[in-house]
This record gives sequence, structure tokens and C-alpha cells, in this order.
Amino acid sequence: MIQSIEPSAHAIDVRDLTVAYRDKPVLWDIDLIVPKGVLMAVVGPNGAGKTTLLKAILGLVRPAAGEVLVYGEAYEKQRHLVAYVPQRGSVDWDFPTNVLDVVLMGLYGKIGWLRRPGSEERKLALDALEKVGMADYAGRQISQLSGGQQQRVFLARALVQDAELYFMDEPFQGVDATTERAIVALLRELRQRDKTVVVVHHDLQTVPEYFDSVLLLNVRRIAAGPVEDVFTEDNLRLTYGGRVGFLRDTRRSVEPVPDSRQETEPEDRSLRDIA
Amino acid sequence: MTIEQLEIQAIAVIVSAACAVPGVFLVLRRMAMMSDAISHAILPGIVVAFFVTHDLNSPLLILGAAVTGIFTVFLVESILRTRLLKEDAAIGLVFPILFSIGVVLIARFAGDVHLDTDAVLLGELAFAPFDRWVVFGTDVGPKALWMMSGILILNTVFIIAFYKELKLSTFDAGLAAALGFLPGVMHYVLMTLVSITAVGAFDAVGSILVVALMIGPPAAAYLLTDRLSLMIILSIVIGIVSALGGYWMAYLLDASIAGCMATAVGLVFTAVLLAAPDKGVVSVLRRRWRQQWTFAEKMLAIHLRHHEGLPEARRENRAAHLQEHLGWAPDFSERVVWFAERDGLLSRRGEYLILTDAGRELAAEAIVQN
Repeated sequence: MIQSIEPSAHAIDVRDLTVAYRDKPVLWDIDLIVPKGVLMAVVGPNGAGKTTLLKAILGLVRPAAGEVLVYGEAYEKQRHLVAYVPQRGSVDWDFPTNVLDVVLMGLYGKIGWLRRPGSEERKLALDALEKVGMADYAGRQISQLSGGQQQRVFLARALVQDAELYFMDEPFQGVDATTERAIVALLRELRQRDKTVVVVHHDLQTVPEYFDSVLLLNVRRIAAGPVEDVFTEDNLRLTYGGRVGFLRDTRRSVEPVPDSRQETEPEDRSLRDIA
Repeated sequence: MTIEQLEIQAIAVIVSAACAVPGVFLVLRRMAMMSDAISHAILPGIVVAFFVTHDLNSPLLILGAAVTGIFTVFLVESILRTRLLKEDAAIGLVFPILFSIGVVLIARFAGDVHLDTDAVLLGELAFAPFDRWVVFGTDVGPKALWMMSGILILNTVFIIAFYKELKLSTFDAGLAAALGFLPGVMHYVLMTLVSITAVGAFDAVGSILVVALMIGPPAAAYLLTDRLSLMIILSIVIGIVSALGGYWMAYLLDASIAGCMATAVGLVFTAVLLAAPDKGVVSVLRRRWRQQWTFAEKMLAIHLRHHEGLPEARRENRAAHLQEHLGWAPDFSERVVWFAERDGLLSRRGEYLILTDAGRELAAEAIVQN
């Protein structure tokens, strides 16, 4: 599978992408290159077009202009390389099915039309559940899961696809500490295996800790690149419209800015509120 | 039982099974009202096809209905795409307009044929056995029976073949699209089946009662199981039970068969709603009632354990004191003590309450849990 990828291709190549709902642009002329093997956070205020960007890359919304390449080809040809974790709230958790069945859905693409998952697929699904600490819940009805457990089931469903490129839409939204740790461990494991992961993320505080790369988005691309170069106070202010400052806390000591510390500290709360 | 009675029941059973199968997915997709819209809006399609063929049993009628059914879905979705109206309003607009076009066409041009509005609304199952299919001079049975059997087979084959694809596109259309399973196409194929089923069934049970048969049994089955495959089977079983029950109700009351079938669906659903083992109203109330008492017992155990062996226990650990300390009404605390004693959590010694080992354990567990 991997041999078929052109060695020089980037994981994602977005060129001049514009998405609009009628005449209102949601994404405006986005250029973005996501190199292979990065762990990228997509941050920006509400309505910045983060989810729309993922959906446009996945061909779920039609762009008004521009082009998206996944490993150098149109997405339709590269589906087998891509796994997608939608927002937890996007499905009906009262649907009559169990945890194992939801994870098996991740394999439907590989199984193809008309054929059914067999014992081999069940084993893969159970392995994926094991990785997110949900193996004991395989037979559990999905309506009985907590929010964090639902998220881990979704992650297992993406893992089982054994993709090269993972998209996750706010996986940390409203999850418990156990799930947050499980997701972080998973992200690290994916990076070690040289996978590419793009995550819509809301908590600015944890961006430098969890990710190595970041896209700052507010309808337009504000900045994109390695966290230490791009995740700056100026860029954040541009992204969030000057309402927030960013506290360079101790976890992020890459480039200490001694005099800005005192000024920005009081604003830290407002940042949390918005994030 | 006469042959006619048997044939009517056979048709009723097949119609209800054929309706239940696509109905499951309508209920799960929260599109129950779409079946109402389709079953009404196909009328002009049927009427126009009838003008062309002058035969109420022509397959062209099914085609006309299927086309109008899809057109209905398309119209509703076009209105939705404008984002000016919500889905319920869009459905409420589209189907009466199409239906009334059909009614006007019938009144104006087809007043003298069997195709009258009563038949359209309610159908007439009792007449179905009189319309027979004759192949090479041999009578092979009522046409409605053959047609609905064909539709049932079509629905069943489709749902078995595309079970996985239907499940995925119903549960998570986004993932289905990302994996290339064309949820939009699945949607329209499903709506086509709903249209075909509606036109097949409408001759027997009418356009209003089709909705009862499509939505009632799956809605009841949804309360009975957590598994999709079982939900489909239970829907069919409930549909069949309602059909047979409705037939005999009509026989006893000398009333409309279709009306009694729909009433039976309503009765079965109500019974399931009340008595379903896990999601039913009775079991929910019972669970809540039980929770109230077990929680009170726990509170009592914690309270007693908290004070036991201490000087104030003489004052605190009396049944009479619970009103003051826990704010419980006298008869409520009396009942909690009674329950706790029955469950072996405490014993009375005069007016004092003494925890048993089991009670002590429960209190310890309850405290650790929180």
C-alpha cells in the first residue's frame, strides 16, 4: 500500500481551497501542505471552518474552488489510506447496535460492497478496542457508554482502518481524564509509526504538549507549520481577533519571552474561556 | 374459515411484513413522516398511470408511484436545501399539494371508476380476493397477494444484500460517504422501496394505514431490542400479529379490516410501550421506585455507621430521630427502616437501630464509591 505512494508527495496538499454556503465563504483561499508524519492541530474560533476543512478534504462538502490532493492524488483514489473520526455528537448513540459492531464499521471500506465482516475482522476490531482500553465493552449497547467511552469507540473504529492519514474532529471535546490520556497515548503511538494525524482541537493550552505542528485558521489560513515557529502570540491574536493573549507557560519553554509573561498572565482566563 | 378469509389474512400478513422491513430504517433515520408524505404524494402518479393504462392492476401504476415517490423526496430535500424551512414544514407543504392534485384528477376525470378517494385513503382488503390473477386459464390466486409477495421479496432481498451498507449509512452517513458507500444513493434507493411498498399496500389498506404499518411495528420493536437484525425480525412479527389481530377484530366488530389492523398496531405498540422489559414505562418507573428505596437504605446505613459506637449513638441511631436528622417524613423513615430490616441491613433493639455486618459493609462500599 505504502509503496504505491509517490515518495515526494505530501500527506495533504490543499491549493486555493474555497468553500462557501451560498455566497458566504466558510473557507477562503486556503493553501496548506501537511507533510508526512506530523501531528497537526487545527485551531481557530467557532465558525472558523475547521470541521469544514476536514470535510472538504474528505470530499464530504463540495468546494467552490481549489483542489485537494491526498498523497499526491484525488481523495477518491486514496480512501483506503484515510481514517476519519467525526465529532461524537454527529451520530445517534441510541442506534440499536453494540460497541464491537461500531468498530467493525471502520473495516467496511476494506470489506467492500455486499460482503460481511468475518472472524478475522472481529479479531482486528477487538484488538483496536484493546488499544483504547475498551475490550471489556465489546458487547455493550452503545447507548450505555459515557461520553469518553463513546470517543474511545470512535478512535478504535479509526484505528482498525489501519490508515496512513487520520482526521479527528475534536476528540478531546468533553471527555474524562482517562480518555484524554488514552487519546494522547494513541496520538504518540501513531506518530511513532510515522502516521500523519490532523486533529481539530479547542484547548490552546495543550497544543504545544500534544502536537508538533499547527494550523491557525479563521476562514483564511492565518499560519501553519511547526508549533515552535507558528504558535505565537501574534498569530493567535490574528486568529482570534485580538481578544486573547497567550500565556507562555512553563510547559512551553522553547522560546521564553521574559517581558511578555507578566502582561499576558491576567488574560489567560479569557483564553481558556474562548478555547 | 372460507378460502376468501384465508386469502385476506394472507394478504394482510404479507402487506404488514413488506411494510415493516423498510419501516425499520425510516424509524431509525427519524424519517417516519417521510412515509406519510410518500404514501400520499404517490397518488397523482398512480392516477396518471391509470389514465394511460386504464387498468388498476397494471405494473405501470407501481412505476408511476415510484417516480412520484422519488419526486416527493427530491422536492422535500430541495426545499430543505434552501435553508428557509425545516424538514417538518417542507414535508407538510409538499405532500398535501401532490395528494390534492391526485384527488382533483380523480374527481374530474375518473369519477366513474373504482379509483375513488375512499379507496385511496382506506383501501378495501375485503375485495382483494375478488381480483384474481389468471395464468393460461388457471386461477393462481388474488393479484394483490402476488404483487405484495413480490414487493416483500424485493424489500427483503435488498435489506439482506445491503444490510451492512444500510446500517452504516443510517448510523453514520459521514463515515459511509468517506468510505465511498454513497449514502445519498442508498437514501434514494430506500425511498424508492418505500414508494413501491406504499403503492402495493395502498390498494389493500389505503394510504393512511400504510403509515401505521410502516412505522408502528418498527417503533415497537425499537423498544424491545438493542440489535438491528433482531429489530427487523421483531418488526415483521409485530406487523403480522397486528394484521391477524386486526382481521379478527374486524370480523367480530363487522368493521373495516384496514382500520382494525391499524388499531391493532396502535394497541400492540401501547402494550409494548408500557411493558417492554427494559425501555418500557412500567420498567422505568419500577426502576426509579427501586432506586429511591435502595438509595434511602444506603443513606440510612451510612448514617448509622457514622455514629455507631460513639456516645451520641444513643441519640442519633433511633428510628424516631431520623425525621430530625435526615429530614425524612415519619412514615417514609418507617418504611425505609422496614425495607432495611427486611434486606438484613439492620436490626431493631427497642427504639435503637443496630447495623448488621451486611449493613456495615454496604455503608463502607457506598462511601468508597463516592
